[in-house]
Amino acid sequence: MTRITVMDAIDQALAEEMAHDPAVLLMGEGVATKRRALVEAFGPARVRNTPLAEGIIAGTAVGAAATGLRPVVDLLFAPFLCYAMDELVNSAGKLRYLSGGQFDFPLVAIAMTGAGWGVGAQHNHNLEAWFAHAPGLKVAMPSTAADFKGMLKSAIRDPDPVLFFVDIALAYTDGEVPAGEHLVPLGRAARRREGRDVTLISYAKTVPVCEQAAELLAAQGISAEVLDLRSIKPLDEAAILASVRRTGRAVVVHEASRTCGVGAEVAALIGEHAWDALRAPVLRVTGPDAPAPASPPLEQAYVPQPAAVAAAAQRLMAGAEAAACV
Amino acid sequence: MGIRLYDGRAEELLQAMWLIRAYEERAVALQAEQGVPGTCTAVGQEAAAVGVVSALGADDLILTNHRSSGHLLARGADPGRMLAEVMGRRDGYCKGKSGSLHISAKDLGVVLTSTIVGGELALATGVALSQQMLGRRGVVTCFFGDGAACEGRFHESLNLAALWRLPVLYVCENNQWQAFVHRRETMLADNIAARAAGYGMDTAVVDGNDPEAVRAAALEAVESIRASGRPYFLEARTYRLRGHFEPDDQAYVDPDELAAWRARDPLALLEARLLAAGRIDADALQALRAEAYRRIDAGWRFAVDSPYPATAELTTDVYA
Ligand SMILES: Cc1ncc(C[n+]2csc(CCOP(=O)(O)OP(=O)(O)O)c2C)c(N)n1
Ligand SMILES: [Mg+2]
Repeated sequence: MTRITVMDAIDQALAEEMAHDPAVLLMGEGVATKRRALVEAFGPARVRNTPLAEGIIAGTAVGAAATGLRPVVDLLFAPFLCYAMDELVNSAGKLRYLSGGQFDFPLVAIAMTGAGWGVGAQHNHNLEAWFAHAPGLKVAMPSTAADFKGMLKSAIRDPDPVLFFVDIALAYTDGEVPAGEHLVPLGRAARRREGRDVTLISYAKTVPVCEQAAELLAAQGISAEVLDLRSIKPLDEAAILASVRRTGRAVVVHEASRTCGVGAEVAALIGEHAWDALRAPVLRVTGPDAPAPASPPLEQAYVPQPAAVAAAAQRLMAGAEAAACV
Repeated sequence: MGIRLYDGRAEELLQAMWLIRAYEERAVALQAEQGVPGTCTAVGQEAAAVGVVSALGADDLILTNHRSSGHLLARGADPGRMLAEVMGRRDGYCKGKSGSLHISAKDLGVVLTSTIVGGELALATGVALSQQMLGRRGVVTCFFGDGAACEGRFHESLNLAALWRLPVLYVCENNQWQAFVHRRETMLADNIAARAAGYGMDTAVVDGNDPEAVRAAALEAVESIRASGRPYFLEARTYRLRGHFEPDDQAYVDPDELAAWRARDPLALLEARLLAAGRIDADALQALRAEAYRRIDAGWRFAVDSPYPATAELTTDVYA
């Protein structure tokens, strides 16, 4: 084990996968400027600065992926994905199907998002649910340095297009990363804390929020389980259902706005498949249906806080009626 | 049926053009009479398709768009499998999941097709990057229309291809129409090639209704790309003789303009030239047309006999 930041974990994953497979290349606005070590190790043909044009960066990645390369594109901030939406959604996500399976699209699109820099809604927009809703794409959104490394490596090796979201607030946090080859499969949730009474289900920066909420709850004698989804699509349905079957209660927590968010999907999944095990309704604690503000206090107010998550869990413990009057 | 290579004889070009025309007539009839989904026909643009494709080698790749039948058939696609695709049958090139609008055929080097206008322009740079980085020789031919040249991706694609010296042959079939809007209403310039020149690319503008002229220009373009490793822009001036998407009564089309271009029907033009020069006789012409219609008949029978895909196919091929 070594302690490294999430940014370093991403660097390590890129370097290891570029060494592992000569078909891997990195493209984006400034990637060759910022990642000199990769340019030196693998040459300028495999680490390319691009023009300021997200659509063609993504399109080039899609075309290259279909014909033998494994591109990783850094599209900077998630809102900029809107310029690349056609290539990601209509081409990467659909052309495998529309061609009757003739082509694979092994590519990774990396983008940062989330509160933490006070840069406002055109740099901060948690739009992972959009891509989870689009067929043919996979969506990863890890919370620990080890998972950033292991999941990025898996994403690069994956035969399908993967959206890989980096929560800005986590980028410079550090964590233990296993030495040697470390691969974390896509589509598998991780239990961060075991509990009996309620499951707190989350991903990205609100995983630590749920862990803090679990501490608050423990002080009140409530045993909360924390499940880190890590991967939004494929979603680890089995892990979600198994946990909720044990605890009988669930709170889904994410920074992204509520309406049609990942929380709605998880709640519906539980309702459809674990209804009999539920002792209270599934609650959501999410960001509001508003663009992200820049003002630091407002930006933080956007993000679910441990006290709010703990309060939701307490309402569930108090019974279905208390939960219903949220 | 594999990739069709051409030695350049005029009969070969004419034969391919008749195959496209006969195919389109059948697609139109299937829509009108059998309720088969409509298509974007390439009627009037056969010379542009055949002229360019006839200049390609076995290693060269093609990206195309919604109006792809000419490109596919010229490349050697089996009309039966194409009709099966249009009819949503299991034996179509894409198992019936594409329909007419996004047919690709990897075996023929028709690697990607996007019906998002301009989509193929965004993908072509990536395909060409693969060619460059993996040391493959083939040139990447990207077909698109004058409408696609109005999309932002057109500019992004040309700029990147020029900058990275990607082996792309851009082929703009300027057919004067962008669905229901005349090209004149969408741009001040009369041609598209000037834009490409602005990105530092060699360009040529050719009479898109003359297959021999298109072929000559495409051969030169391909040679230039192979020699320099740089992209090349070829604009074929042509006309969409039928509507945008079947059925389409073309009520919005200026009848004089349509008549003028009908008088320049690329098949009739080539036939007249060959007859006048004694390069072909009437019997040979007749035989060549009959063979095209015979092949389409056989293809249609194949397509009709092909079953619809099993319902289980609904969710296959989404992920690898
Ligand atoms: C992004 C996008 N916008 C609009 C359409 C609808 N549409 C399909 S074809 C077409 C016209 C395209 O014109 P052009 O590029 O000149 O090709 P042509 O049809 O003339 O061959 C339009 C508007 C589309 N498919 N994609
Ligand atoms: Mg047009």
